[in-house]
Amino acid sequence: MCLAVPVRLISIEGSVGKVELSGTVMEVGLQLLEEAAIGDYVLVHAGFAIQKVDQREAEETLRFLNEVFDVMGKRDEVR
Amino acid sequence: MRFVDEYRRARPVKRLEREIRRAADRLGRKVRFMEICGGHTTAIHRFGIPSLLPDQIELLSGPGCPVCVTPTTYIDRALSLACDASCTLTTFGDLYRVPGSDGALEDASARGADVRVVYSPRDALKFALSDPQKVVTFLAVGFETTAPAVAATVLEASAQGIENFRIMSGHKTMPRALRALVEAPQVALDGFILPGHVSTIIGPEPYGFLPQEFGMACCVSGFEPTDILRSILALTLQVVKREFCVQNEYRRAVRKEGNAVAREQMSRVFEPCDSQWRGLGLIPNSGLDVKSEWRAYSVDPPDPTLPSEKHEDCRCEQLLRGLARPTDCPLFGTVCTPDSAVGPCMVSSEGSCAAFYKYGAGGIES
Repeated sequence: MCLAVPVRLISIEGSVGKVELSGTVMEVGLQLLEEAAIGDYVLVHAGFAIQKVDQREAEETLRFLNEVFDVMGKRDEVR
Repeated sequence: MRFVDEYRRARPVKRLEREIRRAADRLGRKVRFMEICGGHTTAIHRFGIPSLLPDQIELLSGPGCPVCVTPTTYIDRALSLACDASCTLTTFGDLYRVPGSDGALEDASARGADVRVVYSPRDALKFALSDPQKVVTFLAVGFETTAPAVAATVLEASAQGIENFRIMSGHKTMPRALRALVEAPQVALDGFILPGHVSTIIGPEPYGFLPQEFGMACCVSGFEPTDILRSILALTLQVVKREFCVQNEYRRAVRKEGNAVAREQMSRVFEPCDSQWRGLGLIPNSGLDVKSEWRAYSVDPPDPTLPSEKHEDCRCEQLLRGLARPTDCPLFGTVCTPDSAVGPCMVSSEGSCAAFYKYGAGGIES
C-alpha cells in the first residue's frame, strides 16, 4: 500500500509530470514537491511524487533490483 | 524455496547475514523486532528473511497495513454509500475485497453498484470531472504516505471547482499507534523496523519517544532485502550496545526533515481525530478528519468509538501487538484464508497472516 518506486521525470506541465518506468509512461501530481525538474528521479506513491531521490542512489536501486531479478532468472529489466 | 535459495547467493546479503550473526552472538538473549509497514511485511516474507536470521532474532508484524486496520464499520459505511445510484465509489484495489460485517465492495459491485478501483485519487477526480451527474466518493484509506496525495486532490478539486468529488477519510497516523502499542500492559518488543515511505513524509523525528521513553531500538528501513537486513543489523547493534536511537538506513528516500510540503498540504485539509483500528481498538488522535472548511468535499466516516466486528477466536489483536504469531491462531489457514478472510491480518495481501500464508513460515517457528 505505501510502496513507492523511483522513476525519472520526462516532462512537466504545470503541476503534472510524466514519468517513465519499464517503457510505461504515466502522469503524476507534483504538488507535494518543493521543486522538480525534467530528469529528476522521484518516488511515486498513489499517483503523486512524494520525494526527490538522489540520482546515483536511484540508479543504484534500479541496478540492484535488476541484479536481484537476474539472480532469480527473470529476464525483464526494471527499466 | 527455489527463489530464496538463489537469492541467498547474492554477495551483499551473505555479508550482512554474517554480520548479523556476529552481532547476535553478543546479545546473550533473544530479541524481538517488529516491522510496522505492509511493504516490509511482504518483503520480509517474500525474500524469506526470517530464515536468514539467527535463532536469537525474531521478527514480528505490527499494525503496518492500513487496509488491515480499517474497521468493519468503515467498509459498512462504504457499502451503504454504494447503494445510492447517484454515487460512484472509487477505491484502492486492496480495499476492494476486504469484508465488512456483510460482504465486501466487490460483492456490492457484483450486485450492480458503481464501484471502481483506482490507482490514485487523481483518477477519482478525473471520473468526477467527466461525469458531473454522479457524486464520486474516494475511499481515503492510508497512513501519512497516502494522506498528502488525498489532500492535494481535495485542494485540486477546489481549485478546479469540481463540486461532485468527495472523500471519506479513514486515514490513520503512525506515531500515536506506536505509542499505544508500547504503552500497553504487555509489551514483548526490543525494537522497531520503522516504515519507509511514512517516514519519507514525517521524517525520523516523530519516533524519538520510542528510544527515549521506552528504550526501543529503532531503524527506518527501505524495502530491498539488503535494506531490511541492514536495518536488522542496526537494531541488533543498538541492543548490544544499549544505545537506543532512531537510526535512518533509508536515507535515499527519507530526509531528516521529511517532506514539509506534503505535510503542509496534509495539515491544510486534515486535522487529528480519534480513530478506530481493526484489531487494536480506539486510539486517541491517531486518525485524520477533514477540516470544517473542506466539509463540502467530505462524507462523514462512521463514529470512531464504534468497535470493529470481530470473530471470537481471531488472534489478530495479539498478533498486531507482537504477542502471537499467525500459527497461534486456531482460524489461520483453515477458517481464515486470503480467499475467505476473517481477521484484519488476512484481509489484505500486505497483512502478516496473508504474507505468512502465501510465502510460508520462512524460518518463523510455529
